[in-house]
Amino acid sequence: MSIRERLSGNEAAATAMKQINPDVVAAFPITPSTEIPQYFSTFVSNGTVDTEFVAVESEHSAMSACIGAEAAGARAMTATSANGLSLMWEMIYIASSLRLPIVMSLVNRAVSGPLNIHNDQSDAMGVRDSGWIMLFSENNQEAYDNLLMAHRIAENPKVRLPLMVCQDGFITSHSIENIELEEDELVKNFVGTYKPEHYLLNDKEPIAVGPLDLQAYLFEHKAQQAEAMRNAKKVILEVAEEFEKVTGRKYSFFEEYKMEDAEYVIVCMNSTAGTAKFTADKLREQGIKAGVLKLRVFRPFPAEEISRALSKAKAVAVLDKADGLNAVGGPLFTDVTSGMYVNNIKVPTVSYIYGIGGRDTKSDDIEKVYIDLQEIVKSGNVVNPYRYLGLRRED
Amino acid sequence: MNDLIEIRWHGRGGQGAKTASLLLADAAFNTGKYIQGFPEYGPERMGAPITAYNRISTKPITIHSNIYEPDYVVVVDDTLLESVDVTAGLKKTGAIVINTTKDSEYLKKQLKGYEGKIYKIDARKISMETLGKYFPNTPMLAAIVKVSKVMTDEEFLNDMQGSFKHKFAKKPEVIDGNMKALEMALKEVEEV
Repeated sequence: MSIRERLSGNEAAATAMKQINPDVVAAFPITPSTEIPQYFSTFVSNGTVDTEFVAVESEHSAMSACIGAEAAGARAMTATSANGLSLMWEMIYIASSLRLPIVMSLVNRAVSGPLNIHNDQSDAMGVRDSGWIMLFSENNQEAYDNLLMAHRIAENPKVRLPLMVCQDGFITSHSIENIELEEDELVKNFVGTYKPEHYLLNDKEPIAVGPLDLQAYLFEHKAQQAEAMRNAKKVILEVAEEFEKVTGRKYSFFEEYKMEDAEYVIVCMNSTAGTAKFTADKLREQGIKAGVLKLRVFRPFPAEEISRALSKAKAVAVLDKADGLNAVGGPLFTDVTSGMYVNNIKVPTVSYIYGIGGRDTKSDDIEKVYIDLQEIVKSGNVVNPYRYLGLRRED
Repeated sequence: MNDLIEIRWHGRGGQGAKTASLLLADAAFNTGKYIQGFPEYGPERMGAPITAYNRISTKPITIHSNIYEPDYVVVVDDTLLESVDVTAGLKKTGAIVINTTKDSEYLKKQLKGYEGKIYKIDARKISMETLGKYFPNTPMLAAIVKVSKVMTDEEFLNDMQGSFKHKFAKKPEVIDGNMKALEMALKEVEEV
């Protein structure tokens, strides 16, 4: 039986970590994810978990400690945001290339500069090509559920890649909302015990981790990493299916909200998907066929499945909470549109950069996007595919 | 109660408006509702204006934005009336609840012709009498429950007794004073 509770997104993440009871947690505090290691350290002090908590002096060391722990054969977790993730940068790539299934809770925040502590997803987008599996969460429930599924995906022998679970800083991390929690025993059984195949503390099989890898093999090792990321797609769906059997909550690569007959579709991630659903409901009452495609799995990127889901739309808007700064559009937009091109799907699609640095996204803003999409269909052409939503300017 | 009630809190850093919004979310949760309770974070300093929000609904809540057209507004510090547009977007069918001893003429002038109901309460007096210190958030919490009717007085008091027991587990001597503050506030909040 699920337990009806009310928790903030950070409390939900810390609760998942408590129930997972990993061998090692290494973290350094940074707003807005600070509460996660803070709550977790109280679980450690109270003896609720038997985790080794490593209070490191920087995020670079947090990720290094997780790498050391995982290489030794332990299950390791961490949490961070924004510049904390930036400081981990060097070790982020080492974690994935050493195929260490570390799980991170990333509470999304704008990367400096100038200094801003509020939400956008520029931190996550900075590591989108680093070889980590990336799951996004609309609310506290999804932040919790994604973490419960994380180790099963990351540690699968066909995958063995690190995984991060994202949620929007403050908007969900600091908002108290209803949540369904699972019993400790159910989580323990679902997550299971970590049985690494090769690890440093195995005295029967002495190995080296992370030695020099030059022209002769690095290319092959990178191709294996890429294959692992492709393999992750199937594993993510299998784990979701099993998760649904025990919790009743259904997950896939993305959620299709009112998509069966949708003509105008918004593609987005994290908390804005909730606001988009609220707005789509409102527009449906006026007879406007609005739909939402909420992406959960950003890496591996389900290009073919997304293209198929969008194929019947008349116009699509892809919302990015990080600017591409590439003179083309947001990172999610460029991924979605290149996927559509490769899969021969031709639907007018525009990019909206929104919510940068914590700029609040109102249902009125979302409604404006749906109005723009109707205008695109009416006029039959896309004047400017690289747009801003909620930007203050004189025009 | 409507399907969805939206409440905006205005206070100053240190007065407990954020805590009050979280306590209200808790109490409504305990009566079976779907809830959101969240502050608008900024550079937090004692005395700076802060805003916090509540959504309380009979159905799951998906919207994740600040609240721009609240049903109710709570003003924890009446000095904010001169610097913050507290009635911005406030529905005419709703109400504003203010911690103040100012007269109705002053309040109506400050609220620039707001057409909905205006309630006032002397949270300072209640807090000093019951707690011996100025914690305006406790009486204001009771006042908004009374005005918004998100739950009955009895449901609210029973629930708060439970949450104070938990919250003040290490200083149980303050529980009675807090309960008295809530009871007095439920009685004393009055329409202007």
